[in-house]
Amino acid sequence: MLRWRWTPWTALALAAAFPFLAATLDAQYLVRVGGVIGLFMILGLGLNFTLGYVGLFDLGFIAFYAIGAYTTAIAMRAGVPALLALGLAMVVTLAVRALLGLTILRLRGDYLAVVTMGFGEIARLTINNLDAFTNGPKGLQLAPWRPLNFLSDDPNIQYYLLILLAVAAGVVAAKRLENSRVGRAWVAIREDEIAARLSGIPVRHYKLLAFTISAAYAGLAGGLFAQWEQFVTPESFVFWESILVVSIVVLGGMGSIAGVLLGALVLVGFPPLMQWKLSADWINYRYLFFGLILVLVTLFRPQGILPSSRREAELTS
Amino acid sequence: MTTGPPAMLELKGVHAVYGKKIRALKGVCLEVRAGEVVALIGNNGAGKTTIMKTVAGLLKPEKGVVRFQGRDLPGLPPDQIMRMGLSLVPEGRRIFSRLSVMENLEMGAYSRREKDLSREYDHVFHLFPVLGKRRSQLGGTLSGGEQQMLAMGRALMAAPKLLMLDEPSMGLAPVVVDKIFEIIELINKEGVTVFLVEQNAKRALRASARAYVLETGEIVAAADSAALLKDPAVQKAYLGL
Repeated sequence: MLRWRWTPWTALALAAAFPFLAATLDAQYLVRVGGVIGLFMILGLGLNFTLGYVGLFDLGFIAFYAIGAYTTAIAMRAGVPALLALGLAMVVTLAVRALLGLTILRLRGDYLAVVTMGFGEIARLTINNLDAFTNGPKGLQLAPWRPLNFLSDDPNIQYYLLILLAVAAGVVAAKRLENSRVGRAWVAIREDEIAARLSGIPVRHYKLLAFTISAAYAGLAGGLFAQWEQFVTPESFVFWESILVVSIVVLGGMGSIAGVLLGALVLVGFPPLMQWKLSADWINYRYLFFGLILVLVTLFRPQGILPSSRREAELTS
Repeated sequence: MTTGPPAMLELKGVHAVYGKKIRALKGVCLEVRAGEVVALIGNNGAGKTTIMKTVAGLLKPEKGVVRFQGRDLPGLPPDQIMRMGLSLVPEGRRIFSRLSVMENLEMGAYSRREKDLSREYDHVFHLFPVLGKRRSQLGGTLSGGEQQMLAMGRALMAAPKLLMLDEPSMGLAPVVVDKIFEIIELINKEGVTVFLVEQNAKRALRASARAYVLETGEIVAAADSAALLKDPAVQKAYLGL
């Protein structure tokens, strides 16, 4: 089991050593892949609050990744320091998400999924057409920000490590929330909303809280993405990416932090790995690969690959 | 019944509908006075649970007055109603099966602002010693009777002035039902007003001082419980005599 106390530290140390190892293996390409996996881990951790903890389906989550990326890009182009721009990205995504939540959280289940999907598309189309701020489909360019020059000249390695740091911080924050009074209230709401209301838990506030917190993660991931790529276009934020994040959470195990990390590793990591090991053509088969994993997980582990103990109990009884 | 203390809970002409057509309550009037144990009996589908839900804030009445300690309830969310001192133990217990006994109780105290709730925990464990032995056990692993006790304990964590119980005896063995009703009596002696809904009419009438009989959304009888126990119509319809 992955419950040993030192497991997270080992994983973190291994992950931190990976880019330097990859250099000796002539696989620098994988460092880039590792960075992308990390970004999706952050996104997955974020969506986990909405989907995993209070069970709200969100099919437009990538919009907040986009808002984070664009906020960072616009802020940095206006001369805001990089770290402050990241903070600003998180604040803006939180604010937009809270407003969205206030208006749409009256909806349930499928209806919520449809509306969030619509929001994702509207956000992308707005970015695409709001030329004055976003430069439309041509995208925005950013000046480089390289805070880890003392470690490596390679920007990919620098961003890999920055993203790793963000993942670690995200995990710690999620763990602490999960084991708090608020986290237990989320479990109660997911289990029995009526009983939660009768216990005096202000259910609507707590759903909104989980829904909103998700956005801080997306904002951070989006900001790092923009700084790393030094370029943002609406094309990076299509519906498919939202589905990918949902799949990461569902396949990994809803409500399970370790599950989300593993889900991102598998779903984002495998296609490039196949491409690297087998042939470039393999990237064309990634949808097939997703389909296969989805079917296998549904058949054999409907609770996800690494479910949270509470969630597992809910599904097996 | 015009003397005595003013009503703690008061319902006047309460109508409730599910959807557009199904009239669940048709002008219900009743009152519960401080310190009383009042029972509401009636058949399946009479609207007993609807009354409970309406009072607790889960359902908004179509029209009518619902007043607790002089304050109008309709429109208030359940957490605010709880904070005023009114707790409902829902039908079917609805404990959180994946939370431990302690965590279930913690949830029940959610509306409390105080940090130190050790007195409430002690009180619950004093009333239900079996829960004290199972503190870290998951709610779902408890027996039916223990779950009912946990549901009551959870409601008591909010230190209610009025405790409403919806079918506390449902699905329980007679000896466990005895135990539950003993505790209800105890809770009442400690000063908590009790309003309970039961299908088990005999039990409810014995445990209460006054009772209402509900039939298809209307109160058809209101009297002292002892009198209702002897009422031939009630005996025939609800006591199986």
